[in-house]
Amino acid sequence: MAGLHANTDLLRKLLVGFVKDEVRKVGVSKIVIGLSGGIDSALVAFIAAEALGPENVHAICMPYKSSNPESETHARLVATACGINYSIIPITAMVEAYFEMFPDAENMRRGNKMARERMTILFDHSALLRALVLGTSNKTELLLGYGTLYGDMASALNPIGDIYKSQVWQLSSAMGIPAAVIEKQPSADLWAGQTDEEELGFTYRQVDELLFRMVDQRLTKAELVADGFDIEFIETIYAKIQNSHFKRRLPIIAKVSNRTIDRDFRYARDWGK
Amino acid sequence: MDFTVVLAQIKPKLGCVADNLTTIEGQIAKAQVAGSDLIVFPELAMSGYFLKDLVPEVAVRIDSPEIQRLIELSRGISIAIGFVEEANDYHFFNSALYLEDGAIRHLHRKVYLPTYGLFDEQRYLARGTSFRAFDTKFGRFGMLICEDMWHLSASYILAMDGATTLICLSSSPARGIDGDSLGSASAWQKLTSTTALFLNCRVLYSNRVGFEDGINFWGGSEYIAPSGESVVRGALMEEDFVTACVDEGSLRRERIFSPMMRDENLFVTLQELQRISRQRGQ
Repeated sequence: MAGLHANTDLLRKLLVGFVKDEVRKVGVSKIVIGLSGGIDSALVAFIAAEALGPENVHAICMPYKSSNPESETHARLVATACGINYSIIPITAMVEAYFEMFPDAENMRRGNKMARERMTILFDHSALLRALVLGTSNKTELLLGYGTLYGDMASALNPIGDIYKSQVWQLSSAMGIPAAVIEKQPSADLWAGQTDEEELGFTYRQVDELLFRMVDQRLTKAELVADGFDIEFIETIYAKIQNSHFKRRLPIIAKVSNRTIDRDFRYARDWGK
Repeated sequence: MDFTVVLAQIKPKLGCVADNLTTIEGQIAKAQVAGSDLIVFPELAMSGYFLKDLVPEVAVRIDSPEIQRLIELSRGISIAIGFVEEANDYHFFNSALYLEDGAIRHLHRKVYLPTYGLFDEQRYLARGTSFRAFDTKFGRFGMLICEDMWHLSASYILAMDGATTLICLSSSPARGIDGDSLGSASAWQKLTSTTALFLNCRVLYSNRVGFEDGINFWGGSEYIAPSGESVVRGALMEEDFVTACVDEGSLRRERIFSPMMRDENLFVTLQELQRISRQRGQ
């Protein structure tokens, strides 16, 4: 599909330029990033290293006791490959301390807690290092709502939020990300053996083909069916987008005045930059 | 006559008129030192593009000190520049001025304000109501602001009004990464080239660079000869100072070789447009 094919030279130039420009214009020269060992954060690390110089990129790997040990190995591999600063801050103690009060909590609550714990560490390091937190959610995840609100979805700037997982793979190959990271099964790594595609019930390649037609090209349901997509799959994905829309918006504010923030008080975030 | 033009591919700061004027004056000085005759800045060079509620804050009047200063500078070099104009009736326009020899030669107010996709201009700005060619030291010109050029009638009117050089001031956002080149860049390159070819006109296209809220402006400022051929093209996504030598001979030769504009039948066009207008009841 032509639309999911990315001109990686152009995409790289655009995303590297984005990080360079949007970080420096706020008077900052550094970024901090959570490195999971997965491909999305690896790609953002490579983009940031190219944009700002590896010495200005601080990656933190934040394993939990149930994280796959391979994740930490891959995170270190990525950090070494692009020459960025790297540290490890385990989150087990903090998360455990909390769930001692809620021993029956299910996987979803635990997973969200871990994602938010990592977020607080990244934003603390933002203050410590005078560095902006870069986001690592791709367009597929953001549209499906497959992320934790105020957890891994939280960032100051997100270079890859408008590219699908399929395009993340293409750009990662072009930028020389270690093959072990590109080729492994995507996983949130919140519990042992978890994989994204198993949890979602479809592959990223399948859903990207649908999302591209549905979101970017605005094909109707009838047109999507005519293109060979199963109506149930279409309905499921449409519902996922709709039901997760709250995660992609600021909290709703009750309107009282004539100028309500983001409703009729409208300024770009780069106001004055 | 032959002249040298600079397409100032700058990166304005959003909402910072004073800072942008410093940049603009620096570019003007540089162009003058280089011996250029004309400098063309992008759309909204004085203010940045995604202004939203900043529009009234960054707007300047034609009689403001900022504009008077630029008029003064035009004694040394002709200047085309985009800014937010505050009119006497407190309407705000996305405007462009052509300044020469210490005087305003032309003011164009953007007619087609895009309000779709990522654009929201008509919410904040008033629409211009005319396209007029005007005389300069370098021949008869027409000015367009970005979206104006996507309306065939705009360039056509200017060409029929005698313009042989079209200046387009632009803030075009980058999008489309699936092809051999950037989607919005190749669309614009087709447009400017085809417009030049159809109307036997030169096109001077000045597009900005930089990012605003994650949106990139791709640059690629360009001088297109009346044959539709791109003579000089600026860097993609980077600041540039694009210098082009514009020669009268190529315009003359093209107009002899392809006299479509000479043969253009204004009477037929008007007659048919009037019929369409009557039939639509407007």
